[in-house]
Order: sequence, then C-alpha cells, then structure tokens
Amino acid sequence: MKRFLLLALLLVSPLLAAQDLFMVRSQLPFPEAMSVLQQSIGESGFHISRVQRVDIGLTKSGYKTDKYRIVFFGDLDELHAVSDRHPDLIPSLPLKIAIFAENGETLLLASSFKHLRPFYTSPDLLQKFDQWESAIREILERVRVAE
Amino acid sequence: MVFTLLPLSAVAVAGPGEGAMLYRQNCAVCHGVDGDGGVGIPLNLPDFLAVASDDYLRNTLRDGRPGRVMPAFANLSDAEVEAIIGYIRSWSGQDAPVYHDRSLHGDAQRGRRLYEKNCTACHGDRGQGGTGTGVTFSRPREAPVMAPALDNPGFQDSVSDAMLKATLLRGRKGTPMPSIAALGLQEKDADDLVAYLRTLKMESISADSKPLEPVILYESEYDLEQTLENLKQAVVGRNFRVIREQYLDQGLAAEGKEDKHRIILYFCNFAFLNDALAIDPRVGLFLPCRITLIETDHGVQVMSINPKNLSRLFNNSELDRYCEQMHDLYAEIMEDATL
Repeated sequence: MKRFLLLALLLVSPLLAAQDLFMVRSQLPFPEAMSVLQQSIGESGFHISRVQRVDIGLTKSGYKTDKYRIVFFGDLDELHAVSDRHPDLIPSLPLKIAIFAENGETLLLASSFKHLRPFYTSPDLLQKFDQWESAIREILERVRVAE
Repeated sequence: MVFTLLPLSAVAVAGPGEGAMLYRQNCAVCHGVDGDGGVGIPLNLPDFLAVASDDYLRNTLRDGRPGRVMPAFANLSDAEVEAIIGYIRSWSGQDAPVYHDRSLHGDAQRGRRLYEKNCTACHGDRGQGGTGTGVTFSRPREAPVMAPALDNPGFQDSVSDAMLKATLLRGRKGTPMPSIAALGLQEKDADDLVAYLRTLKMESISADSKPLEPVILYESEYDLEQTLENLKQAVVGRNFRVIREQYLDQGLAAEGKEDKHRIILYFCNFAFLNDALAIDPRVGLFLPCRITLIETDHGVQVMSINPKNLSRLFNNSELDRYCEQMHDLYAEIMEDATL
C-alpha cells in the first residue's frame, strides 16, 4: 500500500518526471532529512557505502558553509554486474545523492541518466537506467513528503 | 493518507488549491515553499509582485532562463501554469499589473551611459547579471540576491518595456535594486535605460546539444601501483589534496573481499570547491573530485566523468565554463600519471 501511494505521488510529480536533475526540498531540518534519506535508501533495496562530509572539509579549510554531504549507495551484485559489462560507467558508480541544508530546510539532488543514455544501446543497461531513475525518484519523494 | 492523494490525482485539471500543490512540486525546491528564494530568486517580495505581470510569469515559466538555472516548464499544461501564477499572486493579495505591449522610445545611447554609471556594478557591463544562483542561506555571499541577467533571451522575451520601466521607477525592497529616483534619475531616464536594455544580447549560450563523451579515459603505461602513485603526485602537483583512496565496492562488499583491481582516488582543492559552490550550490553531484583506476588483463585504465557532459544537466552557463576547467584539469592529471 505504501509503495502504491508513493507511486501515485510520483505519477503526479512533474518536476521529478520531467527534469534532467532530480531535486526536492524537504521542510525537515538537515539531521532529520538525512536520517529519512538513509532509511529511504534502504527501503529501495540499496546499501549506503559512504557519506562524504563536504562541509567538514570546507570549514576545516576556513570556509563558511552549512551542512553539505554526499551519500553514496548501491547494490553490490548490481555494481559488479554493471561495471563488468560497462567499465566506462565506473566513474558514475556507486550512485549518489547530494544533500545540503538551506535555511532550516534541506535540499536533495541527484542526477538523471539523460547525459549517459545517448552513448549506450544495450536494452538491459537502458532498463537499468530506468530502474535507477525510478528508485532515486522514490527515495527523494519519500524524503520530500516526510514530516 | 488516501484523502491526501485524492486532490493530487486531479492535477490534470488545475483548479483552486491546486496552484499551491503545483507550486510545491515544481517551484518550491528552488524558490522556497513560501517564495523566500533559495537556488532561485525570491518570488514573494511585494515590489516584485507589484510589477510582475501575469504575462511575465507565464512566459518565464514557459521559456525559463537559458543558461541561468531556471528551466523551461514545457511539461505543464496551460491550466497548471495559470494555477501556479494564481498561487504566487495570492501572496500579495493584489491584482496583477497589466501593461501595454508598446515599445518605449528612449535614447539608447544615453541609456547606455546611464546604465554604465548606475547598473553595471550589479548587472554586469553587458547585462550578464550577477554570479551564482538566486540566493543562498548556506554560505556567505557578496549580494543577498543574484542580480538577474538582463541580456538573457528568456528574460528579454518575457518582460515588456512597460514592466521594465515600472521596475526601474519602483526599485525592489529586499534586494540591492533601488528606484532610479533614489539615484537622482527622472522618468525620462527610465525610458532611455529601457531603450538601452533592449539592445542587450547574450554573448554566448551553448546551443550545441550534441552529446559530449561521458568519460575521460587514459591507458596507463605503468602498473596499478605505480599509476596510483603517479596520480597522487599529479594531484598534489596541481594544489589538490588527496582525501581518500578506496576500492570501488568498498562499503558494499565485506571487508577484505573488495575488488582490489578497481580503485578510486578522491581529491579536493577547497578553495576551488568553495568557488564552485558559489557558482551553483548543486555542484555536489561533481563531488568529490575523483579519478578511478581499473586494472584488466590488458593493462591499467584511468578514467573520470567528463564534467562538461554532466554540466549539461544544470542549465548554468557559468557552471559550464567552470566544468571546462575541470575537464582540462582531469585530463592533465591523468596524462601526467599515465604517460
């Protein structure tokens, strides 16, 4: 039921459906949004491989910034299968979502695969791009609507 | 939960109340839930709503701002566009201004002199606008709101002469934009300024939609270990700091079971990064700088994303220029490490 409701939300979410970048605003503060994001990634069947704390490096270097993190995630078997068959996709793997604080709220951003599609013809891979885009949209939408 | 879905499923026929929902889905991510701005400029400023006509908002939604982040929302129906405009309009509680579409006949030469004296500091010498995106609450910046690009074709096609003049006469509280009266100018000066603004043409905008190769790839003459060492030296030699070295599947594979033939080198120059974030806070998708090494039976390959390819998704000409630098930097580092 929960999945059906999310799908219904996605179907009526033109931003997520139409744009080259998938971007949402959560009205949750950063820590809560990050927590929901991590949970949401797990609900889509992925594992988080690493979180890059961009803001920590910046502030240690003397620059002022609010929270800014990159969350890397994937599925081990899928990562091996895709990278074995298409090594030139390795620089784009694992998948990632950027998450940053903005005035008490949180923005989340991920890339579509529009910029990669013209270079591949394998139906399996194009289907994989579809699956990843769908999963990323689901992940982001869950964070967007979370209260 | 079902009750919240019912109105959502009725998007196809936009009506009262749907403007708010459509705004949240399409606009709030950049302009803020209440129009306070963010990656996009603030929309809720009383002076903006007082001078922005519905035609202006409509054309802006439809055409966007090529090369200036704001996308063209071709996917929205006419009813949906009107619903969004109605919602934005509701913030002021006032009727939309209506302008005639006649051209004003000012003296463009004189307008140019006035522009150079009064406007270039914020809008640039060619009307190219300020640096960065709308506003940001994430880090310090020079101006509270990015000055719009007056030469942008999306802006030029959306705004009428009369609306330009109204903006000049009124100014915009909450931004650095004063009324021209505050600058000691008269109404006739506004006509001249508008005449000059109409001569501004964007210098370059990437009209080339041909896809760019997604990967920068070099074959190494060295083994994996030596290539990695060369790579680190090349990175440091360009004032970047190596921040992490890991296997591609690290964090997903069990510890000790990772594929040792695929190594990622992450590196960063925080001054470079800080500049990039000032241009576009969405650059996280390029981060951290990364080059991957792959060992096969045939040798060692070194590869990275092509930043110019990824940048195409951002509709940000300034970022495109930055990504050209990033592309060259990656290529130089990889060439140094492999040859």
